[in-house]
Amino acid sequence: MDISVVDLSRFQFAMTAMYHFLFVPLTIWLSIIVATMETVYVMTGRPIWKQMTKFWGSLFGINFVLGVATGITMEFQFGMNWSYYSHYVGDIFGAPLAIEGLMAFFLEATFVGLFFFGWDKLSMRGHLAVTWLVAIGSNMSALWILIANGWMQHPVGAAFNPMTMRMEMTSFWDVVFNEVAQAKFVHTVSAGYVTASMFVLGVSAWYLLKGRHIELARRSIAVAAAFGLASSLSVVVLGDESGYSAGLNQKMKLAAIEAMWETEPAPAPFTAFGLPDQETRTTKWAVHIPYVMGLIGTRSLDTEIPGINDLVNEAEVKIRSGLVAYDALMEYRATKGNVPEAVKQTFEAHSEDLGYAFLLKKYVDDPRTATPAQIEAAANDTVPTVWPLFWGFRIMVGLGFLFIFTLGYFFYRASFRGMKFPRGALKFAVLVIPAPWIAAEMGWLVAEFGRQPWTVDGVLPTALSVSQLSVTQVLLTITGFAVFYTVLFIVEMGLMLKYIRKGPYMDVDETERWTARHVHRLSTHDGAVPFANPAE
Amino acid sequence: MILHDLLSLDLLRVIWWVLLGVLLIGFALTDGFDLGVGTLLPFVGKTDLERRVAINTVGPVWEGNQVWFILGGGAIFAAWPPLYAVSFSGFYLAMFLVLAALILRPVGFKYRSKRDDATWRATWDWALFLGGAVPALIFGVAVGNVLQGVPFRFNDDLMSFYEGSFFGLLNPFALLAGGVSLAMLTTHGAAWLSLKAEGPVAARARAIGSVTGLVAILGYALAGLWLARGIEGYHLVGAVAVDGPSNPFLTEAARGGSWMAAYAERPWIAVAPVLGFLGMALAVIGLRRGAEVSTLLWSKLGILGVISSVGLTMFPFLLPSITDPKSSLTVWNASSSHMTLFIMLVATVIFMPLILLYTAWVYRVLWGKVTEADVAEQSQSLY
Repeated sequence: MDISVVDLSRFQFAMTAMYHFLFVPLTIWLSIIVATMETVYVMTGRPIWKQMTKFWGSLFGINFVLGVATGITMEFQFGMNWSYYSHYVGDIFGAPLAIEGLMAFFLEATFVGLFFFGWDKLSMRGHLAVTWLVAIGSNMSALWILIANGWMQHPVGAAFNPMTMRMEMTSFWDVVFNEVAQAKFVHTVSAGYVTASMFVLGVSAWYLLKGRHIELARRSIAVAAAFGLASSLSVVVLGDESGYSAGLNQKMKLAAIEAMWETEPAPAPFTAFGLPDQETRTTKWAVHIPYVMGLIGTRSLDTEIPGINDLVNEAEVKIRSGLVAYDALMEYRATKGNVPEAVKQTFEAHSEDLGYAFLLKKYVDDPRTATPAQIEAAANDTVPTVWPLFWGFRIMVGLGFLFIFTLGYFFYRASFRGMKFPRGALKFAVLVIPAPWIAAEMGWLVAEFGRQPWTVDGVLPTALSVSQLSVTQVLLTITGFAVFYTVLFIVEMGLMLKYIRKGPYMDVDETERWTARHVHRLSTHDGAVPFANPAE
Repeated sequence: MILHDLLSLDLLRVIWWVLLGVLLIGFALTDGFDLGVGTLLPFVGKTDLERRVAINTVGPVWEGNQVWFILGGGAIFAAWPPLYAVSFSGFYLAMFLVLAALILRPVGFKYRSKRDDATWRATWDWALFLGGAVPALIFGVAVGNVLQGVPFRFNDDLMSFYEGSFFGLLNPFALLAGGVSLAMLTTHGAAWLSLKAEGPVAARARAIGSVTGLVAILGYALAGLWLARGIEGYHLVGAVAVDGPSNPFLTEAARGGSWMAAYAERPWIAVAPVLGFLGMALAVIGLRRGAEVSTLLWSKLGILGVISSVGLTMFPFLLPSITDPKSSLTVWNASSSHMTLFIMLVATVIFMPLILLYTAWVYRVLWGKVTEADVAEQSQSLY
């Protein structure tokens, strides 16, 4: 096994996945913001809301297209670079991906064309229905992808079949209602909502600073701040960590995020700052806040969070148990399945730990011949590199609180201070546009890097999952993706900026017709000039 | 859950073999004309306005059409994991090319007309051409290689090892198959343009399409002869447990004889190539006569015939191995588990009719020709 192909394949996957996720969070919530705006348009008939729908819709479109394009890479890459993974868990992992296509992606992709091209071909209500179907499709799509990802973090509803040398599904419902997947879905989708809200807020703030498109900008801020505040609260409250108590590896991830080397008595303190040292398994300069970790990690005051050292010991026990399963598996193979009942029972008793025996494949071809030192090394391998997780998590959480304050502030000004925003606050809103993306990428870093050394927790080590490719092949595609994606990124940023600068397209005819129809009724209402306060 | 025992494993395998074909054919029938229009783009449109007409005939639908392909990939992953694992990693660089082309295409559609700059637009026109022609060619090349057998083997852990090279894929028979695929989908694109465009764009499309249609017919005939005379087929050895575990080492296959033996065994499958020839021939006649709706339908029939003829000829083989025939993947040794196949079938039975319904509705809303006047008038909002 060539370890550098493993590293390169991991690098390529991380690169393409993180790139893909630049577009996804914006798409998910922008679709709903756009649908909400169009709903207001259909209810009130005011052309400004149609303008908003079309304007934010055009930014949604530029973004959506790259999300789709780079999403195909994600689907292909499992087979291209992770072929043993595909064989080994395709029976479970493939199903949510295919159902995503059937249930969600077909819906959003079929209707997104009508969203852009159907304005003149559909009734107002018909078009609104199309917009909502796109939004629902985008969000459902996230659900099924995260069910697939959640299964990698916490593989439930499946068992190893020695006859086919792979994992097979035993309960579809367990896979769908996996607690880790559900927590992930809520957390990731809320994070997407925050991203798009901060984006709409920032772009609108820029318009206000420039004194352009005031009507559109103020209304957009009102929508973004209200929805954004609610979602930023839900990101934190419904954090992903709720799933971190599920499996051994999830526990390991939680301990690594905390750089918690020893098991602490409940409720564990939160290390706000520190320099984790992997070698000596200590954290220097640690600043603790009592109780907080126990609360976010376990949502209780009396559940203990195990430390890394104890988890390594647990892993060693599992490796030894896995070796028993591996030995029985070899008997299955030699006899083409005609094994004595005793061997069958031994296998079933230990098959849950089979994946741990595969950790030894890095050191020896036949795990059964591993020395105690190798077993110890393999157990130590179950600890992911701590510092990126420790810091990635802190950056993400810190930014999460920043979003709550920013959106909360704008919500307050929009609702209770008559839409008057200080210039300093507007400038700040423009500056922090990239921040939600940083938070989202950090979130994925913690989730996926923290899953190492496994592709599927406790089931299949990453080193075993790759395709038998040459270094040259993988280097070639990495270079290809890097060049290609960089060009696309520049093109997309250029277009986004161009369209933001250009601003909304105002349908003068429609606006004048609407005004002529309404000005009389509105102006006689209280004698004032209508539209003096665009925030209404 | 015992529900999945309602259908036996071997029946589910055959159903999923059919569904795999349905998805691939669905892709070729819908996204196929998008690929064809991309390939034709530089040749049917001389002015920017003409090219925009061509692009906007597929503008609102290509995205939904492409999902047939994505779903096809997902279904292979879910229903035939070993097939997905071996083919995607084996054809590594070819898959990368397809990916690159399929990424270029959406971006090209979306971004091309967003800047009023001749160089910008000309660059994206070539991107759209490559995004159409490259996948159309590679899919055919892949089929050509599968018919000859692909150099791969499994080790005892069922880890697959590919023993060929990228350039090995570009052998004469595979290139012929690639040519047939490219010509067939270009003709399909021409039939679409003949229906949805008018004036010079439609006229040029008809002129080119009636030639590529003939090329496709001749190429398909030649490939058939070659397959009968020059290429060794594969066959199962001994009795095969059709509901056995999905493990290639538990079945036995060998190389030898001809694929065409299938037509002696199951004479009814001859209907597929007949439909292939008939559909393509009538599409060519339709293009020459200027018929619109019927031409597109004949072209669809032709594609249906050609693709299903490959699947029916090879049954039960999915991916034979030329270097290690006993590693060959068949319908009986490469599927998902009984439960997964069943659940996926339930999902398909629920959602596929819905998909067909709403897709039909979208096509109905968009019914009618895209004209130069339309594009000029809605210059801002159209592609």
